[in-house]
Amino acid sequence: MNFDFSDDQKQLRDEARKYLAEKCPPKAVRTVLDGKEAYDRELWKGLAEMGFLGVAIPEKFGGAGAGHLELCVVAEEMGRALAPVPFSSTVYLAAEAVLLAGSESQQQKWLPLIASGGAIGTLALFEGNGNPSPQAIKLSASGGSLNGVKKPVPDGAIADFAIVAARTGSSGRETDVSLFLVDMKADGVEAKTLTNVDPSRGQAELTFKNCKAEPLGPANEGWSILSQVLDRAAVLMAFEQVGGADRALEMGRDYALDRIAFGRPIGSFQAVKHMLADMYVSATLARSNCYYGAWALSTNASELPEAAASARISATQAFQHCAKNNIQVHGGMGFTWEFDCHMYYRRANATALTLGSLSYWEDALIDRMRKRNAA
Amino acid sequence: MNFDDTPQEAAFRAEARRWVDANAPKQYEAELSKASLGRIRLQKEEIVEVGKAWQKKKAAAGWACLHWPKEYGGRGATPIERVIWQQEEGVYGKLTQPFQIGEGMCGPTVMAYGSEQHKRHYLPKLASGEQIWCQLFSEPAGGSDVAGLRTRAEKKGDNWIVNGQKIWTSGAHYSDYGLLITRTDPNVPKHKGLTMFFLDMKSPGVEVRPIKQANGMQEFNEVYFTDVIIPDSQRLGAVGDGWNVSLTTLMNERMSIGARLATGFPEMFDFCTNLMTEDGLAIDDRATRSKLASWAVKASGLKYTSYRAISALSKGERPGPENSIGKLVAGSMLQDIAMHAMDLEGAAGVLTGAAEQQASGQFQQMLLSSPSMRIAGGTDEILRNIIAERVLGLPGDIRVDKDVPFNKIPTKGR
Repeated sequence: MNFDFSDDQKQLRDEARKYLAEKCPPKAVRTVLDGKEAYDRELWKGLAEMGFLGVAIPEKFGGAGAGHLELCVVAEEMGRALAPVPFSSTVYLAAEAVLLAGSESQQQKWLPLIASGGAIGTLALFEGNGNPSPQAIKLSASGGSLNGVKKPVPDGAIADFAIVAARTGSSGRETDVSLFLVDMKADGVEAKTLTNVDPSRGQAELTFKNCKAEPLGPANEGWSILSQVLDRAAVLMAFEQVGGADRALEMGRDYALDRIAFGRPIGSFQAVKHMLADMYVSATLARSNCYYGAWALSTNASELPEAAASARISATQAFQHCAKNNIQVHGGMGFTWEFDCHMYYRRANATALTLGSLSYWEDALIDRMRKRNAA
Repeated sequence: MNFDDTPQEAAFRAEARRWVDANAPKQYEAELSKASLGRIRLQKEEIVEVGKAWQKKKAAAGWACLHWPKEYGGRGATPIERVIWQQEEGVYGKLTQPFQIGEGMCGPTVMAYGSEQHKRHYLPKLASGEQIWCQLFSEPAGGSDVAGLRTRAEKKGDNWIVNGQKIWTSGAHYSDYGLLITRTDPNVPKHKGLTMFFLDMKSPGVEVRPIKQANGMQEFNEVYFTDVIIPDSQRLGAVGDGWNVSLTTLMNERMSIGARLATGFPEMFDFCTNLMTEDGLAIDDRATRSKLASWAVKASGLKYTSYRAISALSKGERPGPENSIGKLVAGSMLQDIAMHAMDLEGAAGVLTGAAEQQASGQFQQMLLSSPSMRIAGGTDEILRNIIAERVLGLPGDIRVDKDVPFNKIPTKGR
């Protein structure tokens, strides 16, 4: 059994960590958090140059052609550094959708642009409250024109193109949904930035009025493609969450070692030690579930839907748990704008929702396990 | 990243599988598959007798304590081969329960500190299950604080005279030998006055009394020592070095990778899939689904954590500290699962008869037994301390009794 990343993959992780430590310190995250920039353009360019944006994009489309295990490794580092760039929407969602369902010409157009940092992509799925479901998609498509409103759309205000889920039928079944690709420069689409709990990554509302769009993938198979994209993104996002959880745990540990109260380091009090030990437990469980997700993703295993849901749930719980208790370990200082704790807290709670909420994935996991057991 | 054996591992697995298939006592397979928590019991026979027969057969073919050197009754197998063997032994591994303390703790301690003569004499019989060993560490006054123990050993000529009491000794009633830690000097700080011995459990003055536990069962014992004579030749390590010797024992306790930790999840999932409540199947209930999902990812998280440790072994590396989380996660989970399962049964959840509910009383049994999972072999609190100190590098507790002579340490809170 070799349930671990290879030496090359670990080397890639070290490179990514080193690069991000230098180019993406907390100060860089704050520039976006404070609203001075929509995203870190310099970093985005640098990530492209390093080959990180196209790590899982085939060479013939301008990527590094490495694979999804390599992408998992990079995703973890993005989460660790809270990279304020549209990495998840562009790479996990848009690129995966185009890779899975795009036509040859769509792939030739968009994938090289993604790899080179020339195009930001996103997925426009949600329409207000609620979780992913075919019934929740009201935005209509007829005659190649889209009408409706999507929100929240991650990085929607800075995106160059969006994959849009639209209703093309009224049978009440999954087959009512089709996917479209919209060039955000097209007429009939407008983006409006929305405020959100994690301003280091933007959220937007997209309004479509008779907007011309090209289909992505076969008509009426939108939901099936979308489900696959969400599962794949769930694994990648889970790595990002685990990276963030680990960093929050380290921050708490370091502070507990340095901070003296009652004449001793607060990390010598069992109340604090045990809190940190529990954070370690959840981060470890999440990491192990993520490894299984990475295996399933990289081998296209039939276990992917279940593995993705497990990774997603476990990583969401771990990041939320570590981020909130990191603030607790820091005490009052943890509640200041100056300390970085809140940035992890914000990111933990934003990533917990971006692909559908915890309860959505819990439901999905139980359904998938039941299906397997029944088979 | 893959789950495949190396060619060598595959060959070893095939050999183990062939042997288990040809030799395992298949008449117990169904019964053993069902038993998931606590002491294993067989309907018609004594687990110790059936276990001894299985262990003897394994030893004869070189499958007992296989990671031990050949001259001490093992096979000289690598750590990964040991894991593969455990996987292939499967449910029959539950038959080895009476020998686990000997194999996992007493044997390694004798191996590290015993004389060559002792090793050749005792270890092969321990490995083959012919003789069973128990571990006599905990005392009424020293559970988590093992070094607070009070059982005295006093030197008299070439012998030691032992007086005192141990508690929570698994298997003392069927053990032939015991690993015993004693206080030999109460005038020095507590960690410094300890000495380790092994003794014949049939020595005059040794009295074993079963403890009736909170769950109504009797799996542990109290062991009383009244002027028990132990020859100095049965001392392990130097006089006063017992604490260090005990660390060897306890270190071995923690490193059982691939061990089958019961979490209660498979039973619970099965139960919820089949239980019809007035609102429909339990598994369709939102609150239950959410809990099930959280338990599911804990169970899978533990499984894949052990896979990571196995991978490290397979590469000849030492596994990281991840494995220390197992019992901590599984213990509470069992308790929580038992409570929720009984809640789903409603008022009838209080009934424990095997005929009562679809679950045949298994969750009621789990409820009553699970508190011990969070205590035995390191309480949840001790495990959190270990993770905090050894994994995260946080400072040790401030120990007010560290530099105080043992006989000056207060013995009452108020």
